[in-house]
Formats: sequence, C-alpha cells, structure tokens
Amino acid sequence: MESNLITEDKQKNKLEKAFEILKTMASKPSGLIGLTIVLFHVVLALISPYIAPYDYKAISPNTMLLAPSAEHWFGTDSLGRDVFTRTILGGRTALTVTFFGSLIALLWGGLLGIFCGLVGGKIDDVVMRVVDAFLSIPWILAMLLIVSLLGTSTEVLIPALGFFYGKGIVRVARAATHDVIAKDFIVSARARGHSNMSIIWNEIIPNVRDAILVEGAMRWSWMLLGFSSLSFLGFGVSPPTPDWGLMISNARGLMSFAYWSVIAPIVGLSSLIIGINLTADAFAKALGIDRSTKAPV
Amino acid sequence: MLLLILKRIGLGLITLFIVSLITFVGVEVLPGDACTTYLEREAYGSALDACIKRLGLDVPAYERYLDWASNVVRGDFGYSLSGEMPINEVLGPRVKNSLVLASVSILIGIPLAIVLGIITALWRDKLPDIMISTITIFSMTIPEFISATLLILIVAIWLGWLPGIVIIPSDATFYELLSNIILPVVAISMIMTAHMARMVRSSVIQVMASDYVQMAILKGVPYWKMVFRHVLPNALLPAINVVALTIAWLLGGVVVTEVVFNYPGLGRLVIESISNRDLPVVQALAIILASIYVGINLIADLMTLMLNPRLKSLQIRK
Repeated sequence: MESNLITEDKQKNKLEKAFEILKTMASKPSGLIGLTIVLFHVVLALISPYIAPYDYKAISPNTMLLAPSAEHWFGTDSLGRDVFTRTILGGRTALTVTFFGSLIALLWGGLLGIFCGLVGGKIDDVVMRVVDAFLSIPWILAMLLIVSLLGTSTEVLIPALGFFYGKGIVRVARAATHDVIAKDFIVSARARGHSNMSIIWNEIIPNVRDAILVEGAMRWSWMLLGFSSLSFLGFGVSPPTPDWGLMISNARGLMSFAYWSVIAPIVGLSSLIIGINLTADAFAKALGIDRSTKAPV
Repeated sequence: MLLLILKRIGLGLITLFIVSLITFVGVEVLPGDACTTYLEREAYGSALDACIKRLGLDVPAYERYLDWASNVVRGDFGYSLSGEMPINEVLGPRVKNSLVLASVSILIGIPLAIVLGIITALWRDKLPDIMISTITIFSMTIPEFISATLLILIVAIWLGWLPGIVIIPSDATFYELLSNIILPVVAISMIMTAHMARMVRSSVIQVMASDYVQMAILKGVPYWKMVFRHVLPNALLPAINVVALTIAWLLGGVVVTEVVFNYPGLGRLVIESISNRDLPVVQALAIILASIYVGINLIADLMTLMLNPRLKSLQIRK
C-alpha cells in the first residue's frame, strides 16, 4: 500500500515536471511558436488520412497542372494529383520516418555513449576513433551509400537514418557521462557493490537524460533535413509515396508556370523544420542546457 | 608543441585509414561485386570473367585492399567503370569546379559572418540583432535544396535577373565559371554565413561577460577600443574551430546545391557515380571528401594552437 502511494506520487511528480518544462518552453514567444507549429503538424499527420479530399496516387490527364481553385486548394501536379492531399500526407511520411529514426538514434547512441564513458580505457578509445571516422564521412555520401546499396524502402531508411544520426549522440552521451562519473554518488554506488548495469540504470541515466534528450531533439530536425534531401535527390522513399522532398524535386522542372505545386511542400517542410528547431532550442533552455556554442556536426 | 602537432596529424591519418576500411568493407560485404552491379543482366560468361579480370576481383579481398590503398597513397585511384577512364581524369575538372564554388562562397561568407556576428552580439536583443538573428535562423534551418529552389524561382524565373541553371561543360574555364556561379554561391554562402554568424555571436557575448572585459570597462577603456583590442581577438579564436566544422559540414550541402543548379562539381559526381553504381569512383570520392574534412579540422586545430599561447604549453585532449 505504502509503496503504491510512493510510485503514484512519483508519477504525479514526473507529470508535473513535464508540465513545468512545457510551461517554461511556452513562456517565450519563440518556444510558443515552435510548440504550436510542431503540434499542428503532429495533429495534421494523425488526421490527414481521414481528411484528405482526394486519393494521393490518383493520376488523371484531365486535371494536369491546374491552378489553385475551390476544388483543388493547392492546385494539381504534372500527373493530375491533388497537391493539397499530397502535402498533408507528406507530413505524415516525414514525421513517421524521422520519429522512429530519432528513437533508434537516441537508443543506440545514448547507450553506447554511456557505456564508453563508464568503462573508459582502450574500448573507449577504439569506439571513439571509429565514431570520429564515421563523422568524417560527409553525411550525404554515407547515407547515399547505405541507401543505394540496401534499397530505399522505409524499413531500410529508418534504421539507416537512426544509425547515422546516432553517432553524434554517442559523443554527447559520453561527455555527459564523464561529467557525472566522478561524482560521489557513483563512487558510493560502486562501494555498495552495485553492478555496472545497475549504476547505468539508476545513477547515470537519470543524470544524463536531459543532455541526451536535447541532443536528440536537435538531431530530429537534422534527420528531417537529411531525409527530405535524400528524397529530393531521388534516394529517399519511392514514388508514389507522398513526400515533400520528392514533390519538390518533381515539381521543380515545371515551376516556371506551375509554381503552386512546389510552394506547398516547401512551406510544409520549412515550417516543420523551423518548428522543431525552435522547440528543441526552447527545450534546451527550459532544461538549462546551453547548446548555442555547439557546432553543427 | 611539435609532438602535439605530430600527434594530431597521426590521429587524422588513423581516421582516414578507418574511413578507407569502412568504405572498402562496405562495398565488399554487400551482395554482388562491382562487376555484377555494373553489368547487371549481362553479368555472366565471358563478359563477367573479363570484367573480373580487368578489375582484379579474382584475388582475395585483403590483397585488393592493400593494392588499392597503396595506389591511393601514390595518388592513383584506378579506373572508373562507366567511363572506363582513369578516375584522376574524371575527378580533375570536378575538383577544380567545386573548389571555385567553395572558395568563392567561403571568401564571401567568412567576412560577412564575422561582421554580422559582431553586430548581433554588440546590439544583443536590440532591433539589429532581432532582425539579423531571425534571418540567420531561417536560412540555416531551411534545407539547401529549398533555399536553392526558391532562389531559382524568385531571382531567375519571376525576376529574370540571372540564369537559373548552370549550363557549362565540366571543363569550363575559370571566367566561364564565375559568371555562372552567382546563384549557387548565394545559396551556399547563405547557410554557411548563418551558421558562422551565430557562432561568432555567442562567442562574442561570452567574452563580453568575462572578467577582463569588465575590468577594461571599469578602468575606462573607450568602447570601440575595448571591442577591437580585448573582445574580438579572444572571441574569434574559438570560432576558428567552429568555422572549420561548418565548412566540413557543408560538403553535404554542396552536393545538394550542385544538383539543384546542375553545377558540374564533385557533388554532382557523387550522385552520378552512385546512380551509375560506379563503385571505384564512389570509393575515391569517399576518401577525398573525408580527407578534406580531416584536413580542414587539422588546419583549424593547428591554427588554434598557434594563435593561443596558453595551449602551446598544454596537452589538451579533445
């Protein structure tokens, strides 16, 4: 009974804390704008299949390159598909891929980083060398290599993005672990005879979680940038999947007389990326982590 | 000091070695080899045998790696599959074109970024800062292909001021290049400038808050003298590393920008060679781009070491 009470209390505390953080984030205009944009996109992504007025892959020669009108709010593209439908569904694609990608990146990057920071020594040296080497291959080349050799299905794209964007998190998690590891409570946990696993789970993770989450939020926007760039270059998801990068790349050649089919996905993608960035910045500030001096690696 | 420099160079070389291993193994472990991917359906019988012989795929992988690596060290990347010409000849003009594009962007971007960074830091949270910072946030968060596409749409199509797409052969002369690269340079330097300006801004703000600047203010040093003598030298030093990282990071952005503008540089070669499954060229490009990255970082490290007297006597582990 008593222990039940304690966990309930703890959970309430956690919720309250999360709410506090959200409130701090929304207290500044930039944070509020960011949160609103992200929330808007998430809600739109969740409901888009139900509100989409047309079939996203319905090709029709009668409706090619129509200007925006009451029937087609954002006009139609070169294959006669409704741009509004494809734009709102494009957000779904982008958010799904990058959300699961970020999750994978956080998991493997965070755990490997904590492990390296904890064990140190030779293993740490070797792992960090390899991570450095991966960092020195331009992201676009590495991603293109992975995707062109393994294929462009989402089952390949999500782990590939997750793997590639996780290597930066390794560094952050490792540095944060280094800061924590010399503290007294780790020493006393060791003295109590706790195993490495228990120390990682109970002592280190609660203390490095904030730093890793902030980094993960930032990676999320870079991953979105990387993913849409890949689609734009023709190495991302394959047509007819509704995707912003793909839409921009297809509509680009015709934009001298049908600019609407390129503007809609541009607005969608730019607003989501800016929204995520503002949110991540506000998140970092709310948690008291300064990342303004970090380089964009 | 000398030891430290040698150590840095050594670490860079080790990194390059690992990169070469990664690309080689990556190409090696994947299904099919250079010949079957290149020949596709014709990969059987004498054509396959001839291709395997020509590329030397019949010797064990580690021997091929040693062979390839020793040739690369001597500057010979072997032959490309599709064009069947030496990769060095393929790369030569592309490297030159990309260098022109990159160096013009850097020459415009760095001074602009420093000026903008200083302005935004000195007038922090005032009108100039809010305006410039908003613009920099926009231009650094929006993907390169979007800003490039918008530039073409607005400047080339709606206003009709400049050609939207670069139509020059890859062996164009320097002057032919210059007249064609205005829009690509704007697209690249926009993002680069935004990144660097923000770094300079936060660096200057940090230094402005330090004790010795407070001291200078208190002892009555004139404002601008204080800015130029006390703040800037200390603020720009840490920015060097960040600038290097930004440039290296932009290698990816350059690829996208070159594709958007149809610019015949290294970036478009990356896409072309991957689309054509020209694995020898892909390997060569990976090594070259990674070397550029490692090289820029090394130069930045060494410059920081040279310019910062405190670090000369210290062994700082990064």
